[in-house]
Amino acid sequence: MADTTTVTPGGGSSPAPGNRRDKSSGRVRTRGLPDWSIPYVLLVPGLLVIAGLLLYPMFQLGVMAFQRVGLAQVRGTRPAEWVGLENFERVLGNEIFWSALRNTVVFAFVAVSLTLIVGTAVGVLLHRLGKKMSLFVVIGCMFAWAVPPVAQGVIWRSLFDAEAGIVNWALNLLPDWLAAPPDGQPSWTGTPWLNDTPGLYTALVVCVVWAGFPFIAVSVLAGLKGIPTELYEAARVDGSGPWRTFRKITLPLLKPVFAVLTVLSIIWDFKVFSQLYVLMNGPTNRDGFNLSMYAVAEAFRPPQKLGTGAAISVVLTIILLVVTVVYVRQIVKQEEM
Amino acid sequence: MTPLARKRLGKILLNAAGVVVFLYAAFPVYWMVSTGFKENDQIFTTEFIPFPTHFTFEHFAKVLTEGVANNSIWLYMRNSAIVALGTVFIGSAFALLSATAIARFRFKGRSVFLVVLLIVQMLPAEGLLIPLYMMVKRVGLGDQLIGLIVTQVALTLPFGVWMLRTFVAAVPKTLEEAAWIDGASRMTTFWRVLFPLVAPGLVATSIFSFITAWNDLVFALYLMSGSEGYTMPVALQYFFGQKGVEWGAIMAGSTLMTLPVVAFFLLVQRRMVSGLVAGAVKG
Repeated sequence: MADTTTVTPGGGSSPAPGNRRDKSSGRVRTRGLPDWSIPYVLLVPGLLVIAGLLLYPMFQLGVMAFQRVGLAQVRGTRPAEWVGLENFERVLGNEIFWSALRNTVVFAFVAVSLTLIVGTAVGVLLHRLGKKMSLFVVIGCMFAWAVPPVAQGVIWRSLFDAEAGIVNWALNLLPDWLAAPPDGQPSWTGTPWLNDTPGLYTALVVCVVWAGFPFIAVSVLAGLKGIPTELYEAARVDGSGPWRTFRKITLPLLKPVFAVLTVLSIIWDFKVFSQLYVLMNGPTNRDGFNLSMYAVAEAFRPPQKLGTGAAISVVLTIILLVVTVVYVRQIVKQEEM
Repeated sequence: MTPLARKRLGKILLNAAGVVVFLYAAFPVYWMVSTGFKENDQIFTTEFIPFPTHFTFEHFAKVLTEGVANNSIWLYMRNSAIVALGTVFIGSAFALLSATAIARFRFKGRSVFLVVLLIVQMLPAEGLLIPLYMMVKRVGLGDQLIGLIVTQVALTLPFGVWMLRTFVAAVPKTLEEAAWIDGASRMTTFWRVLFPLVAPGLVATSIFSFITAWNDLVFALYLMSGSEGYTMPVALQYFFGQKGVEWGAIMAGSTLMTLPVVAFFLLVQRRMVSGLVAGAVKG
């Protein structure tokens, strides 16, 4: 019986009997490969892409952060000049960097919290709704989720439009004690939301939460479906109210789901780009930059300063890597890889 | 209030909340589509006009004929489709090979590879853009769609492998063993046994890659400098002109860009969740 254990799919360690060889002519090369090498051969294209187009560029990014790289270097007419810490000094000494960092962090904190709260609430709601109603709401959520980031920006830019936007129209309907028009204005109409940083980021938060909550809701719903109903029955028998049941049963059991969802949301919201690009009409308003927008603006707006852009990207990447480590640990802990 | 009445009231409130969530999620999308069909005097107004009372196709006609930045929207749709489909074909083939390797074999360096996969899919695209821009320009692929495809393959591959690996692992090994015992070679086993069974997963992964490449703004924005090479997300920016915003046209364009994504999305969303949250969700 020992022989049967050596039969493994796609690469048994037993030498193939000779009579198999004549069944097909196209397999001579595969057959020639030693078994241990098969997975490595399969990995070659993927490894080349990951090493050549992700890891090497990351290394290049680190190098470029210490160089002066302009138009001449892009064209290849002059080699990049080594400037030491100059790029970092210039970036860290610039007010825009600090306002971009503040915008990035504050935005991520607010957007992640709101997305998680709204998403969880909707997930719990979906779990309690009847089958048909639940499907109806999920389909609605799919629309928000599926809209491309650029179109999301377009939609909310129109909704926040100063003259024709629905947001100003809706705020006008509210009584003054709840939403008084800005100083010196008879009504909300004409309020240019997207021209100053607080208004711009309000719109961005609304946009990103709107597009991001469906993923959280559907994930939480999947997690809720995995909790055995006996637990809830037992809680009800013991006289536990809905809020207490949610805190003592649902939340602890969904903790791993929330850990992953939180980290993913942080990573996504830290590098939000397309929506901000549309809402602020391209990298124009420097006070409204976040880190990705600042890096791209420095690198590509003439005069091109790719080295400075790289230095900003390095800062952003380091922050994201720290968050990613938490995500990887969480996944490795949960999953038998 | 009797318990029965209370229960009924609770149910009504729950359903009402469901309707509110539906409206919150779907209204902005509806607004985009309906604005694309409105006449200009119904768009540029401080009134709230939920339905276009005079349906017009002028905006759709305009973006498809006159277009923006000297080209019809068709050209940009075509460019987007070339990039997205190119990414799908190259990326899926690579992803399938890698996924088979990690799901079917135990080898040295496997867990390192898995951790690297997880890490690289979180790298900021805007950071990668700067060195990739240099590389693409240096090898002479700047302004060419193929250069864009290469970058999108790189950006979508890690998640593609990660997602596809669960599909490969889900195919029972015994099926391949049976084929192997019956004398099938590795290649035959792969094409005749594994491939058909993994095909649904391959479709899901392909749709994910398609959407990512289709939606990309930042790479297309800086790698393509001539308007003939713009993709939809870049072209849409040109409706926000100096003379004011043509909301009708831009909403028509956004609707056209959103349609294929919504269609694919409805097919694939379940897999997206399981791929991202991995073992965290058991259900």
